[in-house]
Amino acid sequence: MADEVDKILASEEIAPVIEPGHTYASITDKISAIVLTRPTPMLWYVGFGISFVFVLILLFAVSYLLTKGVGIWGINIPVAWGFAIVNFVWWIGIGHAGTLISAILLLLRQKWRNSINRFAEAMTIFAVMCAGLFPLLHLGRPWYFYWLFPYPSTMDIQPQFRSPLVWDVFAVSTYFTVSLLFWYVGLIPDLATLRDRARKRFPRFAYGMLAMGWRGSAVHWHRYETASLLLAGLATPLVVSVHTVVSFDFTIGLVPGWHSTIFPPYFVAGAIYSGFAMVLTLAIPLRKMYGLEDFITLRHLKNMGEVMLATGLIVAYGYMMEGFVSWYSGSPFERYLMFYRMHGAYRYMFWALLLFNIVIPQALWILRVRTSPLALFIIAICVNVGMWLERYVIVVVSLSRDFMPSAWGMYSGTIWDYAVFAGTIGLFLALMFVFVRLLPMISIFEMRGLLHEESEK
Amino acid sequence: MATPTRILLYGLMAEFATPEALLAAAERARAEGYRRIDAYSPFPIEGLAEAIGFRKNRLPFIVLIGGIVGCLGGFFLQYWVHVLYYPINIGGRPLNSWPMFIPITFELTILIAALAAFFGLLVLNGLPMPYHPVFNVERFELATRNRFFLCIEARDVKFDVDGTRRFIESLHPYGIYEVEN
Repeated sequence: MADEVDKILASEEIAPVIEPGHTYASITDKISAIVLTRPTPMLWYVGFGISFVFVLILLFAVSYLLTKGVGIWGINIPVAWGFAIVNFVWWIGIGHAGTLISAILLLLRQKWRNSINRFAEAMTIFAVMCAGLFPLLHLGRPWYFYWLFPYPSTMDIQPQFRSPLVWDVFAVSTYFTVSLLFWYVGLIPDLATLRDRARKRFPRFAYGMLAMGWRGSAVHWHRYETASLLLAGLATPLVVSVHTVVSFDFTIGLVPGWHSTIFPPYFVAGAIYSGFAMVLTLAIPLRKMYGLEDFITLRHLKNMGEVMLATGLIVAYGYMMEGFVSWYSGSPFERYLMFYRMHGAYRYMFWALLLFNIVIPQALWILRVRTSPLALFIIAICVNVGMWLERYVIVVVSLSRDFMPSAWGMYSGTIWDYAVFAGTIGLFLALMFVFVRLLPMISIFEMRGLLHEESEK
Repeated sequence: MATPTRILLYGLMAEFATPEALLAAAERARAEGYRRIDAYSPFPIEGLAEAIGFRKNRLPFIVLIGGIVGCLGGFFLQYWVHVLYYPINIGGRPLNSWPMFIPITFELTILIAALAAFFGLLVLNGLPMPYHPVFNVERFELATRNRFFLCIEARDVKFDVDGTRRFIESLHPYGIYEVEN
């Protein structure tokens, strides 16, 4: 282990993003074989099976919710935004790392992104799907969700476009659509590879339909690269805008603990932080399970650890400013809320969030931790938990203590809150399992291009 | 001169083992005067599209138009709802409260531009295309794995089966194939 770390230290600049000895053919065969020929690992069945049990729990919990109404959740007045909004913000934040890796790092020409962008983008799409469920179910009558869109309504009314909640609808649906398009565009050449590599009739047909007749013509590639860059350029401001709009849901309100200008940048940093934690949570077991250490190297894990450390520090600055401004504002309500966060009924959550989000990740300063998959995995799980607690503290604690003591209240999630939350985690993982089974989890053509670039050096 | 062979033949295809060989071959074919040529590769190769004579990429313009349509459409959607169709006076504030319209204007700009990029890409590339003659070459399935192909099409005015075959042989390809229509 020590030798390995020394080696990475010594070759900081030349640490490979792809292990030597690969050819165009070996890359293609190795990645496409996971989908086409290699037997599905036993772990896959176990993992998918467990996740699917949680999907069934989700379906049950949602069905019960639809028959009984949101009263089965722990929400009340004053805490009308409980788990639903906490989970919404948490999931949508997780999605942000996928777009960051696929779009921002593409524009910055970071070559190491190539082997992790595909499943990070898939993660984005599945996370946004889970996120979208929550505000929808929180509506109370989800079957009227289309009232949020402007359409020629027979009731002659239109949505209130000045409301951040309507901005949210547009931001999240745009985010989902653009992420899906970006992901699919990235998949087309690889679907063509699978079409040409598949030996059975049905996969050939299915991948062939999805590849739409892609044949790798030079002119097509030229336009393809333009489209990828343009989509990346569009997705970059989009991803920043989405979590900014999510933070507007809070900051536009007057509630102490919400009404703050630090929220937009601090939410975006938090989103990227939790998203990279989730990428690591998924990447570390996946590379082990499918033997992809050649493509997702220690260099990738180390870089992601560094991004986590940097965004984690921005988040720490956000917490600090929240504390400072609530004191400096001189507003007794703001001051009281900060005091209540630290010493009130929810203090354990607040201190746990500081531990998970700020203290533990400082271990990433140490190179040996950044290059140890196990340590990174543990830290990533801590950050995932910490970011969930952060949203809980923001949403629940602030609402439970507003201006008038007569309006104070307490909140705790019910079994149905936990069932829906656990169910979406199951849905997310089940979709990830289906994805790694049916589609190439690493972008094959980008890896070929990367090999070409590396060999030119 | 539409001889039967020309109708049956889509073109002649040469296979290469490296991107550099394909790029060199494409440049020579172009220099030789061939205009109806296409090159196929498993990953994008810089300069290849230019080497076979591709000049004008209209995609950025299409995306720009998409963005402008989304921006103006998004703003005037909200303007129309709040100023013209259903004006509500809230505390005497202006009906056209444009700063509050910016987030949705922005999101719709991105949305329509991204849709324009996606569908523009498909339409300009002529996809989906269920059938294309190049797939009749058995070796062509390697075009998505590790081989590089150059196809000189029969509809090129300079195309003639024997002469073009001789020219392709002079490029020292890995293999030469007739592409049936």
